[in-house]
Parts: sequence; structure tokens; C-alpha cells
Amino acid sequence: MREAMQGKGISGGRLAIAIPYLWLLAFFLAPFLIVLRISLSQSVIAQPPYSPVFEIVAGWEGLKAFVAALSFENYATLFSDSLYVSSYLKSLEVAVVATAMLLALGFPIAYAMAQAPRRLQAVLVVLVILPFWTAFLIRIYAWINILQREGLLNEMLLALGLVREPLAWLATDTAIYIGVVYSYLPFMVLPIYASLEKIDHNLLEAAADLGCPHWKAFWLVTLPLALPGVAAGALLCFIPIMGEFVIPDLLGGSQSLMIGQTLWTEFFGNKDWPIASAVAVVLLMLLVVPIAIYQHMQTRDPRAGSA
Amino acid sequence: MKRGLSIFNVASLALGLAFLYLPIVILVIFSFNASRLVTVWGGWSTRWYAELLHDAAMLDAAWVSLRLALLSATTATILGTLAALALTRVARFRGRLLFSAMVYAPLVMPEVISGLALLLLFVAAEFDRGFWTTAVAHTTLTMCFVAIIVQSRLIGFDRSLEEAAMDLGCPPLRTFFTITLPLIAPAIASGWMLAFALSLDDLVIASFTTGPGATTLPIRIYSEVRLGVKPEINAICTIMIAAVTVAVIIASLLSKRRIAASAGEGTPGAAI
Repeated sequence: MREAMQGKGISGGRLAIAIPYLWLLAFFLAPFLIVLRISLSQSVIAQPPYSPVFEIVAGWEGLKAFVAALSFENYATLFSDSLYVSSYLKSLEVAVVATAMLLALGFPIAYAMAQAPRRLQAVLVVLVILPFWTAFLIRIYAWINILQREGLLNEMLLALGLVREPLAWLATDTAIYIGVVYSYLPFMVLPIYASLEKIDHNLLEAAADLGCPHWKAFWLVTLPLALPGVAAGALLCFIPIMGEFVIPDLLGGSQSLMIGQTLWTEFFGNKDWPIASAVAVVLLMLLVVPIAIYQHMQTRDPRAGSA
Repeated sequence: MKRGLSIFNVASLALGLAFLYLPIVILVIFSFNASRLVTVWGGWSTRWYAELLHDAAMLDAAWVSLRLALLSATTATILGTLAALALTRVARFRGRLLFSAMVYAPLVMPEVISGLALLLLFVAAEFDRGFWTTAVAHTTLTMCFVAIIVQSRLIGFDRSLEEAAMDLGCPPLRTFFTITLPLIAPAIASGWMLAFALSLDDLVIASFTTGPGATTLPIRIYSEVRLGVKPEINAICTIMIAAVTVAVIIASLLSKRRIAASAGEGTPGAAI
């Protein structure tokens, strides 16, 4: 097939490459270049609300004037205004802590799935995936039902006598963590399960035959072999959580915003497109390293840990 | 060590699944609550479903979302399958690294960034924002999920069938349609379903790329949810959950053997 695709004449292979390639260039790469360019512009009250606007008809002179008018002012604002810095830090904090929580919660689930009998495993995989198919928004909304002041959690705690008066769950960091862990759990469980499930049981039997205790075999054999899955799961969670908008917006409070919310407010609320673009560019730069690691893992073994 | 579940294993599974399902079950139960107050149980009733039928804005949004998901999932499936073929079957071509980077990146790219980027492109190109721009946006992001699923299937299957066909003189294109396509059809079908679900689910990207007259269901629900919990929202969420559950159960029954097989290959993507 490969030989055939590279053959002469009407090359199906070349067409198969060209169509998705051009599509992604136009609608994935080009937009990022535009973001970069607008992040170097200034906000004006106009349509579109940024300046300078590059006019192709102005030719070379136009290009020179355009380049001369670019500025790094937005980036200077970003680093001098504590609003933005604290948003980035808040996002980083939520992403790190939530990923650690997901790992602590997801690993035992994945491990138990891999230990289950074969036929049960298939069912368990479907059960873990199923909530992922239900709309994200619905799952977050379901937690509002539970966490609100007159919600079920408070009713339960009051009925059990654990608290005297209803606690504020909604609009707190606790609510953000619950929402994030809840939404991203399948992304953590499935890649870990995939790598645990691939482990050759002869290795563990050999370890046991040679007198290696159970916990030590787990530490020396299972855990190292599960690492690719753990890394894939951690990245699949960490990267999107950094830019999360819906969860902190619906469940979190307004005292400290995550960077996704700040970007949203700048764009929709303040209509400051250049600042919003600069926020996006810096966020992307923070994520370049984890995204590159993730890409590297995918290219090396595309079957490992794709959710 | 033998395979088998210890008490600790059973406990983690039970707690994990309870955590995943309890909130959804509660939501479904309360959608049948007769009382307007969410926490006060007023007996079983379907009144919120009846009220939903009179909510023209909500029905409108549902219709927009459905058309959008059908269109973008179908386009994304074609593009994603082509991309998967390019990545698995053509070892070298100019810009392969960039291409694979562009296929994998959208999977983890924060939605706010993708949404903003696409919007700025549409503004720069002076496209009117609305249904079509959102369809393009959804196609771009979901085609990558399709590509990953189809790709894992393409890597997994036996190439000798294709080689045999071509050795016997079957032209490449015909080999593709009679051998390759039927073999990867289940993965293409799961890819389409995933793209459909993702499009139906998306709030952030659609908020950036849509315009007046093309309010999608998640945007509509979001604007209601921001005002607080309402029984009508519980009802529409329950309908969506029911639709998804039925679809996934049918799909997994149809391909029960395939799920077991692909779970064996260790590819959660292929099992979706």
C-alpha cells in the first residue's frame, strides 16, 4: 500500500495528505499566527478592535508602517499587573494539585480494573468511558445541584448532625477541585489502565517464584512498567486543566480567577482583544514544554494513552 | 501473583464508579421532582418535561446543535480518516513532523486558546460568525480525535490482507475500498460518534465562533445555569443523558467483540 501510494499518476496518498494538511494549516496553525500578531497590537475602539490593521494593498510601505507600530506593551502589562500574574499562578496551582489528586484517585481504580477478570474489564472500560460521553456542562451542573447552599451535601451533613448550619461549598476552591477531579477522572484512569493491562504477568510470577514479596514486585515491576500510562494520564489532565474555564466559572468563587476566566473576561467583558491574545500566547508558552512531551510520547507510540 | 480482585480493589472500583455516577443519578431523579424547589421532594412528576416542549428558545438551540454536530462530525470523520491514513501509511513526506504535531496538539489544547484563535481568524478573514464558522471550528478540533482512533486501528491490523490483494493484481484504490475500509469501519464509526458527542458538548469554542441566530444548546444551557439551578435544566440534561446512554449501549452491543479485542490491545481510544 505504501509503495502504491507513493507511486505515480493520481496519487491517492498525496491527496490523503494534502486535504487534512491544508485544512489544519488554515484552521489550526494560521489562527495561532494571527493571535501572536494581534497580541502585538494596541486596543482601539473600532471594528476590529485592534490597531494596526495590516492592509495588503498598501504594499511594502504599508508593511514597514505596520511593523513599526507593533508593540510589546500588552506583554509589559501582563507582567506588571498582579491580576494576570495571580491568575497564572492560580491556574498552575489548581492544575498541579488536581493532577496529583487525580493520580492518587485514578491509579487504584485503573489497577483494580486491570486485576479484574477479562470479561469484566471490557464492561468496566465502558463504565468509565460512559460519563465522558455525557456533556461536560451537564456533569458540572449536576454538582451545582449537590453543592449549593440548600443542596444535597448540606442536607446530608445536617441530617447526620456533622454540621450545625449549612456550609458554603459552591464558590470555593473545594468546589473547583471536586469539579476538575470529577471531569478529568476518565482521562487519568484509561491511559494508566492501558499500560497496566499490557504488563506480562509472567514477570510478576517470576518475581513471586524468586521470593519477591508482593509489595516489592509491585514497586519494582508493575510501577515502572505503568509509568508511560501515568505520564500520559498526567499530561492529558494537566494541560487542559491549566486553561479550564467552565469549571471555575460555574463552581468557583470570584475572588481569584483562573487564567481561562481572565482571558474570557478580557475578551467578552472588556473587549480588549490584544490583551486577551497576549494572555493566550503566554499561556501557550507555559504549556509548550508539557505539550511537546505529550507529542513526543504520541509520535513514539500512538497507541499509548490516547483517550 | 494471580489475577483477581482484592478487597482494596473492589473498594476502589466501587467508590470510583459511585463518584462518577452518583451526581448524574441525582440529577436524573430530581428532573422528575414535582416541586420547583430543587431540594424539596414534591413527588414524581413529568411537568418539567412538558414545560420544556414550550420553551421555543431551548428547542431552537437543540436543533442548531443537532445540525451542527451532524455536519461537523461527518466532515471531521472524512478529514480525520485521511489524516490517519497519511500518518500510518506514508512514512515520509515533506512537513510530516508539522503535520503530526497539528494532529495531536488540538487534543490537549485548552479550549479558550483554540476558540480565541479561530475567532480572530474569522474576523481577519471577514467571515460572518454563525453556524458555518462554528461548524468549521468543530470540524478542526474533532477531526484530530477521529484521526487518533482510526490511526490506532490502522496500526493494529494485519497488513498481509492488503498485500495479498495487491499481489493478486487489485489496484490500490480498489484494495482500499474492498479491504482496508471495511477493516477500519468500526473505528471510523466510533470516531464519528465521538466527534458528534464532542460537538454537541462544546460550550467554550462555540461561544467564541458563533454569532447571532446560531445559539447552540450548551450556550443556551450555560446562560440558564449561571442564573441558578432550575428543574427545566434538569429535564433537558436528563434527555441528553438518556440519548447518549442509549447510543453508547447500542454501539457497544454492536461491537462487543471489538471492544474486548481493542481493550486487549490496550487502546482506550479504540474502545470508545
